[in-house]
Amino acid sequence: MAKAKLTFEDIGQTVNVPAGVRVIDISEKVGAGIVYGCREGDCGTCMMHVTAGWNNLTEPSVLEEKVLRENMASRHDRLACQAQVIGDCSVKPA
Amino acid sequence: MITAASEREAHSGPGSDAEPRAVAIADGVHWVGALDPTLRRFDLILRTANGTTYNAYAVRGEQGVAVIDTVKAEFAAVFFARLEQVARYDEIRVIVLNHLEPDHSGALPELMRRAPQAKLVISKRAPAMLKALLKADDQEIRYDTVDTGDEIDLGGRRLKFLHTPYLHWPDTQCTYLAEQQILFSGDVFGCHHCDPRLFNDRVGDFRFAFDYYYAHIMRPFKTYVLDALRLIEPLPLKLIAPTHGPILRERPRRYVARYRELSGADAALEPVPADAPPHFTLLVFYLSAYGSTARMAEAIAAGAESVPGIRVSLYDLEGGEVEPFVDLIEPADAIALGSPTLNGDAAKPIWDLLSSLAVVNLRGKVGAAFGSYGWSGEAVPMIEDRLRGLKLRVPVAGLRLKLIPTDDELADCHAFGRALAEAVTGSGAQAGPTTRPVIEYANLT
Ligand SMILES: Cc1cc2nc3c(=O)[nH]c(=O)nc-3n(C[C@H](O)[C@H](O)[C@H](O)COP(=O)(O)O)c2cc1C
Ligand code: FES
Ligand SMILES: [Fe+2]
Ligand SMILES: [Fe+2]
Repeated sequence: MAKAKLTFEDIGQTVNVPAGVRVIDISEKVGAGIVYGCREGDCGTCMMHVTAGWNNLTEPSVLEEKVLRENMASRHDRLACQAQVIGDCSVKPA
Repeated sequence: MITAASEREAHSGPGSDAEPRAVAIADGVHWVGALDPTLRRFDLILRTANGTTYNAYAVRGEQGVAVIDTVKAEFAAVFFARLEQVARYDEIRVIVLNHLEPDHSGALPELMRRAPQAKLVISKRAPAMLKALLKADDQEIRYDTVDTGDEIDLGGRRLKFLHTPYLHWPDTQCTYLAEQQILFSGDVFGCHHCDPRLFNDRVGDFRFAFDYYYAHIMRPFKTYVLDALRLIEPLPLKLIAPTHGPILRERPRRYVARYRELSGADAALEPVPADAPPHFTLLVFYLSAYGSTARMAEAIAAGAESVPGIRVSLYDLEGGEVEPFVDLIEPADAIALGSPTLNGDAAKPIWDLLSSLAVVNLRGKVGAAFGSYGWSGEAVPMIEDRLRGLKLRVPVAGLRLKLIPTDDELADCHAFGRALAEAVTGSGAQAGPTTRPVIEYANLT
């Protein structure tokens, strides 16, 4: 299985993960600062900033794009409950 | 005693349920809401000693009428009766909902049926919510969304919109009638206080109700309140027309100022001099029947205290009321909660405290749990789950130990306190992007 390094910058923690996991599946287990509300891409609570490897996350869905817009996301912000890791990347709370 | 003035008042007032009357609040602007004087609890969470009102308004322009907000469903009849006194349904051009909560959208489906030509106007955050709200109603509803800066011209009367999200629903907006300088503020500046005299210069004392409403409804969203105030404060204001409680026509700006006051930090009470270096605060709360969790708490506090730049306070939850603890937690950077395991759970005062924290913004604070246990030790993981659920960050795994702590175990508590303080201050081994060893996915629990 393809592996990727997912780094949570706020706590300086890197995890080796199989490709395809969602950021949400990892961040709570390691105590990173990203927080969650609905857990299904609706509320925007879990917005995170991708500091490296922007292209190593699955493309946002139309719905995620919309929620990001509504929550005034800046460039390289994603929803941690939606984004799936497909290669090395670093994230931190938005 | 019936004076000429009170006689006049009676005829210009809202009337009764049997004979409801619309009340003019400005030229061409009417209150068409409903009184609910016997309500004693609102939305499960608020006590309402003298009931509440659901205020809705009708604004007449040269080219049609706007209805701003409606009422709770069971009050639809008096709302329609009042509305019919000031407008025909075919004159209604727009219906504005400042947020979609059922206490103001309850009469919407029926209003749309009676005024099918009217366009519904909601905030840009509202469409998904509208769909969920009306999914049980089979009519198709057309709507426009608006944002700050958008306006609708009713002919000589322009409605301008202010996007004020999270006051207190994500879709909240305010509507400003520019020509008459009236702010239809939704729940903002509202309160649960039912008084048929309607206007702030006529009703009884509602200061308590105003502050209480803020404390329970707006306080969790202080930063959003400050954003909204930046939009509201520059507006010339003759009158604020909220969706609950008195209409604020006498010195309306006082209420805006009160919101600013209530949303500010309690800087005056901070014992630290203004020129002190940045510091962090950690509050350690515990409960202990036989003293073991108490001893853990003391060691954790001492360990945390050994880290520079953090002020640590220690409290026995048994020794205080929940409310002041909530006030302490609001500006704190971190909380650690200690409880023994009793019958497979943490002790009730912990849950009482945690369930009272909904009124403050906890996002990004650090949380931690600890406690002594006898055989199963459920309390610590349960508290940790709850802390995460409340959007705290839990960077240091909880610490539990069996029955009476040994000196070694107290040293672990000391180290736990230090690690927690370092996570809060961003110092020590916890900080920096490359300091923690890489974890394998398979080893995550
Ligand atoms: C004061 C208040 C706060 C609310 N906060 C939230 C919230 O944070 N998240 C959420 O998903 N819904 C929230 N809601 C929406 C309610 O959960 C929703 O209206 C629900 O349908 C009410 O269910 P009920 O009819 O059983 O009371 C809130 C509602 C009120 C009145
Ligand atoms: S948690 Fe609600 S959008 Fe991700
Ligand atoms: Fe509301
Ligand atoms: Fe309301």
